[in-house]
Amino acid sequence: MPTNVTSPSLQGRAGSGSSFKYFPHTADDIQQMLDVIGVRSLDDLYAEIPEEIKLHRELNLPSEKSEEEVRCIIQQLAAQNKPLVCFAGAGSYDHYTPSVVPFLASRSEFSTSYTPYQAEISQGTLQYIFEYQTLMADLTGMDISNASMYDGSTATAEAMMMMVAAAKKRNRVLITKTIQPAVLAVVRTYAKFHGVDLVEVDEKDGTMDKDVARQLIEKDDVAGLIVCQPNRYGIVEDLTGLADLCHEHKALMAVNTMASALAVLKTPGEWRADIACGDAQSLGIPMGYGGPYIGYLCTKEALVRKMPGRLVGATTDADGRRTFVLTMQAREQHIRREKATSNICTAQGFMCLYVAAYLSLMGPKGMQEVNELSYASAHYLHDALLKTGKFEEVFKGPFLNEFTLRVKGDAKVLREALAEKGYLLGVPTLFMPGCLTIASTERRNRQEIDNMVELIKEMAL
Amino acid sequence: MNRTYYGKLIFELSKPGRVGYSLPKNEYEGYSLADLGATLSRQTKTILPECDELTVVRHYTNMSNNNFGVDTGFYPLGSCTMKYNPKLNEELCQLPGFNLHPMTPAKYAQGSLKLYDEVQRTLAEIAGLSRFTLNPYAGAHGELTGLMVIRQYHMSRGDMARTKIIVPDSAHGTNPASAAVCGLQIVEVKSLADGTVDVEALKPLLGPDIAGMMMTNPNTLGLFERQIPEIARLVHECGGLMYYDGANLNPMLGVCRPGDMGFDVMHINLHKTFSTPHGGGGPGSGPVGVRKGLEQFLPNPQVITKAPNALKDSNNPLSPTAYDLHCDDESLGYISFFLGNFGIIIRAYAYLLSLGKENIPMAGKLSVLNANYIKESLRSHYLLPIDTVCKHEFVFDGLREEYGGDHHSPDHVTTLDVAKRLLDYGFHAPTIYFPLLFHEALMIEPTETESKDTLDDFIAVMKRIAEEAKADPQLLKTAPHDTPVRRMDDVKAVKEPKFTYKML
Repeated sequence: MPTNVTSPSLQGRAGSGSSFKYFPHTADDIQQMLDVIGVRSLDDLYAEIPEEIKLHRELNLPSEKSEEEVRCIIQQLAAQNKPLVCFAGAGSYDHYTPSVVPFLASRSEFSTSYTPYQAEISQGTLQYIFEYQTLMADLTGMDISNASMYDGSTATAEAMMMMVAAAKKRNRVLITKTIQPAVLAVVRTYAKFHGVDLVEVDEKDGTMDKDVARQLIEKDDVAGLIVCQPNRYGIVEDLTGLADLCHEHKALMAVNTMASALAVLKTPGEWRADIACGDAQSLGIPMGYGGPYIGYLCTKEALVRKMPGRLVGATTDADGRRTFVLTMQAREQHIRREKATSNICTAQGFMCLYVAAYLSLMGPKGMQEVNELSYASAHYLHDALLKTGKFEEVFKGPFLNEFTLRVKGDAKVLREALAEKGYLLGVPTLFMPGCLTIASTERRNRQEIDNMVELIKEMAL
Repeated sequence: MNRTYYGKLIFELSKPGRVGYSLPKNEYEGYSLADLGATLSRQTKTILPECDELTVVRHYTNMSNNNFGVDTGFYPLGSCTMKYNPKLNEELCQLPGFNLHPMTPAKYAQGSLKLYDEVQRTLAEIAGLSRFTLNPYAGAHGELTGLMVIRQYHMSRGDMARTKIIVPDSAHGTNPASAAVCGLQIVEVKSLADGTVDVEALKPLLGPDIAGMMMTNPNTLGLFERQIPEIARLVHECGGLMYYDGANLNPMLGVCRPGDMGFDVMHINLHKTFSTPHGGGGPGSGPVGVRKGLEQFLPNPQVITKAPNALKDSNNPLSPTAYDLHCDDESLGYISFFLGNFGIIIRAYAYLLSLGKENIPMAGKLSVLNANYIKESLRSHYLLPIDTVCKHEFVFDGLREEYGGDHHSPDHVTTLDVAKRLLDYGFHAPTIYFPLLFHEALMIEPTETESKDTLDDFIAVMKRIAEEAKADPQLLKTAPHDTPVRRMDDVKAVKEPKFTYKML
């Protein structure tokens, strides 16, 4: 064994077996295996690697830790966070998660499996993805859904690339400036590198300026238009006429919607959109400091071959039973390589289980109630904040569970003072100094709102 | 696995009037969704199921019994690094303290920001690079982000001509696909007979239009690219950058670092190398690391540590903010909603802490030991196209002729048949028909968490299957026989596509 390859401690460990809970090898095992291979040591397995690029030292990292030590370190980190009572949204919403959902998601038959290439032993995964596809297609009012994207922002970027791919000779995509800033930022990045001419459509009174959009679409060089619902101010936009306009000019339309709202707002399908995209975090997925979430992408059957990502389809097995498989794989990177519809491979498959279980528990009645409660609590909060005299309205548009107000005074001071008291009041509204975009959900009760509003009344701004 | 079949869909269990949730009473008067009006409201009914709680629990529990995971049995899926997913990590990622809204001010998220930075630093040491972003969501997303870094670097120098990327013919399919999404043209470089990059074929491809080269090392045949110092030198000499696809990082841990091999940018799959669960196709995590001098191009937001002096000057000395979020003007932009799959990053941190500097290199070495042991034990029955020491994985080119018949004959026993028969014996199949260099590729990757006993069982079964192929090929051609369901009609799934319950 070349002595300079590994530290003496490692050689010692190899000699006496691994003695580590995740490695099952005894010293005898290692010796017998080396004998079968015909080498003398573990390091001999690396003999072909040029010496000058090997690491001739230990990694500069801490030593191994016991289970209790690891638990202690990570618990301390969690304790250094201070979760605030959440009145913020902007793409991440504090909705209730039924206890059944994480419980079912802890079943390791699901969580420790790979992408279901071997359908005969993956019916569990394939079936919940099929249910997820059905549920998302139904919620969006579209024909089909894929088996997840990373998040709502990358799903929207994929929608943009789909539009360009479907249009063939057009490379311009319009996107409303009223879309969530985090989504717009990601779409811009993808557009820049993918070579898409992304044009941001100006807003007027808190909604997309339809006249500007119309003028651009009428130039007949637009592959698609991406609009949103509700928008970055929380306003529910009226999209009437946009899809017809797009279709008259051979452009596609995509609607980005916060998924929970799909149960009560006019759906992308009802707006006659071609693509529906967005984040499904609002369907009972914990906020989790930004992830894992799940992006959804749904479309019309005619566009299936332009769709990125995995698709699960129904078929039958050799005994004629109804079964499920990954299908239409000719679109994907492992077959088509650079000609694939997208590079996406591993996405957020497991989160389909979260969504399917959540929607199965909530049903149509639960989704109506969640939105009814979120609507009521957000509107109550909105009115209560205005009554303090320390806020003023910015826009008149109707909203669901998120709204934007201007603080009469220093919004930053207000937000920081409330954070000290344990409340997260909204997020600063981008490009609108002094404004906050504030959200509420069914998890906020009236007492929490009243307590916070009392604090605000007492504050000098 | 035990035979079991549960074919019901949740929609078939629905009964009007049932509920599976409980919500608080509406405490607010005078507000109604109906006020939004018909123009903005949903008009069509949903087909969401109506189920009680137990119905939902039984439904998904029964479904899970049809599923095979690492906890069920050996999963030698090549290029996927299906190692054991420690349960401690699952416990810790669910601590309530981590359930923050992403727009929580940094001051109240110090624990999460510190964890992010610790993982970032640990990966940088393991990779031999300067700095990592943990924002990318998966391996392919990491590739895309890494290629964006490379393009951003060239553009920052005003060098707009570098629009081509070199990719070996043995590369993972995501490599060319990610390059295409990134707006790069792909130039393929051929492999030599021994499966490694042909340096002589590479030379004429290099020039002022080359943005860089993507490689995985060891490559998809499990072979270490010995010429890597020379390849890196040539690519750097022409002005390009070297990209390392970290899918095959596991065997290199603590032995030879991508940064030391000459790579400038790389991604790591936390769901491969650092044990986070694959979840049936994600969520994964694909952190991207860069060499010194490229840090500013990483995506926003970036987690930064403030200098000690800044802490002293802080307005609020009682609660100093040591970690903060930062947006760099030179950055390539945003590629994710926030800081990526944070829950996955917590799991990886628990794993890295558990292993420490002693066991991280052991993981790689034992994975290589396991792979070579299987290879040497089965070459009597399966065709080994490249006879050399492999790293964490290797490729057989199907059954040897004396067992499976001539590969050119239409009725020979194929790799698909072998894979399906393995399912009957309680093993997941290896990766099949990849890499594309061999017609009957059977790509085996055991990981370090598999015992010699498990490998011996697998080897015995693989030999038995070879004997079966010789004695009764039909047994394999109609396999699997003992799985929950049998071979699927894949053609029907494409010809009569049904993607939703409504389409059934």
